[in-house]
Amino acid sequence: MSAISELTSLRRDKSGSSPEDRRMRAKEAGRDNKAGYLFLLPWLVGLVVITIGPLLASLYLSFTDYSLIQAPTWTGLDNYARMLEDPRLHNSLRVTFTYVFVSVPIQLALALAIALLLDRGMRGLPLYRSVFYLPSMLGSSVAIAILWRQMFGTSGLVNQVLALVGVESTTGWISDPDTALWTIVLLHVWTFGSPMIIFLAGLRQIPRMYYEAASVDGAGRWRSFVQITLPLLSPIIFFNLVLQVIGAFQSFTQAFVVSNGTGGPSDSTLFYTLYLYQRGFTDFQMGYASAMAWLLVIIVGVLTALNFFLSRYWVFYDE
Amino acid sequence: MSDLQSHSASTATSAAAGAAAGTTRGDERSPDRRSSGPGVPDGPGRGSSARARGRSLVKHLLLVAASLLMIYPLLWMIASSLRPTDVIFREPGLWVSDLYLENYAEGWYALSNPFGQYMLNSALVVTGAVVGNLVSCSLAAYAFARLQFRGRTMWFAIMLLTIMLPIHVIVVPQYILFNQLGWVNTFIPLVLPKFLATDAFFVFLMVQFIRGLPKELDEAARIDGCGHWKIFSRVIVPLMGPAIATTAVFTFLWTWSDFFTPLIYLTDPSMYTVPVALRSFLDATSGSNWGAMFAMSIVSLVPLFLAFLFGQKFLVRGIATTGGK
Repeated sequence: MSAISELTSLRRDKSGSSPEDRRMRAKEAGRDNKAGYLFLLPWLVGLVVITIGPLLASLYLSFTDYSLIQAPTWTGLDNYARMLEDPRLHNSLRVTFTYVFVSVPIQLALALAIALLLDRGMRGLPLYRSVFYLPSMLGSSVAIAILWRQMFGTSGLVNQVLALVGVESTTGWISDPDTALWTIVLLHVWTFGSPMIIFLAGLRQIPRMYYEAASVDGAGRWRSFVQITLPLLSPIIFFNLVLQVIGAFQSFTQAFVVSNGTGGPSDSTLFYTLYLYQRGFTDFQMGYASAMAWLLVIIVGVLTALNFFLSRYWVFYDE
Repeated sequence: MSDLQSHSASTATSAAAGAAAGTTRGDERSPDRRSSGPGVPDGPGRGSSARARGRSLVKHLLLVAASLLMIYPLLWMIASSLRPTDVIFREPGLWVSDLYLENYAEGWYALSNPFGQYMLNSALVVTGAVVGNLVSCSLAAYAFARLQFRGRTMWFAIMLLTIMLPIHVIVVPQYILFNQLGWVNTFIPLVLPKFLATDAFFVFLMVQFIRGLPKELDEAARIDGCGHWKIFSRVIVPLMGPAIATTAVFTFLWTWSDFFTPLIYLTDPSMYTVPVALRSFLDATSGSNWGAMFAMSIVSLVPLFLAFLFGQKFLVRGIATTGGK
């Protein structure tokens, strides 16, 4: 189903073939060489020019000082050394990690809970699903970020509603450094619809007879959930987790719009990508921005690898 | 891959994955199988039906409440776009007694260009992106799914890995490149990558889809003397309707709301796409004109909403066509 399980199975394929198999396959493999590469041509060009080329270029640039006006000058590890001592960078890491590690688990838990409620063939399912899914489609738009700015402003919707229930609040949620980040966390949680859809598809793959058998054996609902649903759904949970962690690390629009590009108040919404944008495209410190980009690759890579490593202990593959 | 990530697309990525999952796995095609679902085995008779009904009622109440909570901000923004700004900050309800349409008129002309210009710019970019993705991704997908060539496994693995690569990693050198080519303030940086299949996610989605088509069709066409191009264009593409629709709809949705890439490449206000234009409301003198800002926000969401409705229909059709596999 997913790119992730596909990667894992590629690895498995390789290990399990005999020498004859491999020779056969090698012969077979050459059959469409010309056609294969012709069809692949646009993608290959894109890979080289748009992806791998820039990837390597940014590695080079990360060792230089470059402002677009003069040619890059080699500065060795200077950018990386500066990163070690850049308090705004450290703060942006703290903000981003907080954001990822709070919003992703809450979002996924909510997605799973609602998916469980919306089980097979219940009445009104398509309607509920659409309503829950809609925010995911709109959540990354500037329009919604603007709405958030109003809602969590001093006399925004949230405070108006609080006043209705008798809580007089004059907090400007987005102008208070203690709360600004949480409004963006909430925005992320609000978009739980997309992992929910994936959970729904996953739940449908679990044969009903498992539950019937468990119920015959006297298992309650909680036990069925823990011993059937969770293990059988674990690959899907894993898939959602990897995607959402990678995605959340790249969040940009909401923080940009909510703070009007500053990452404020007091850098409390200075996401890593926003800081990278400021360094690269406001200050035109392309070298420093490239070094930051590489740190991002390393962080996302390590987290993904960690996710894969830990998955051995909790993801159940039915083979 | 640019817009997979460019607008913090964790949501978008998995949204499309969800759709893909739906397309290839017969999502909820069993409206009549009314079990009480995972973890809720049907009770064994005796009075349990009353209890089940009660439980179902509670569940629906919960879901309705949750749904309202979810969409209330959206409904409120629609209502507020029809109110004078000072009322917006007093009225948390949804009822609009008299429509204040001035917001729309004001908002339309509040920026340096009429809002229609930005809509047109976005429409151009989106059209280019959709065409680009459909052409380039389907070509690559056919190669990966059907052709036997050396290095296929390796390229395929690389393709899968690029799905996960953050766009921010390559954006700096990419900008330098496009800047030197004089492409800043053109739509080329937004559209060209789509023609080079950089949204690898869709390549993967189409590979999955093509793998599900019976190979006998290709074989038959081959026996009739068709080459790969003919097999691709006459046999495979006509059968790819659902995958094409899914790709088109998601490319539309993501490109329309993409903010990061146009923010970087488009600095001339007459070239702004809708999200960048909307954002510039915050800087413009009209920054406190919430009514106008909301009105244009709603305008910007209309195409998304339509694509969402349209897309849902296609998803269901995709599900019906491919069946539970």
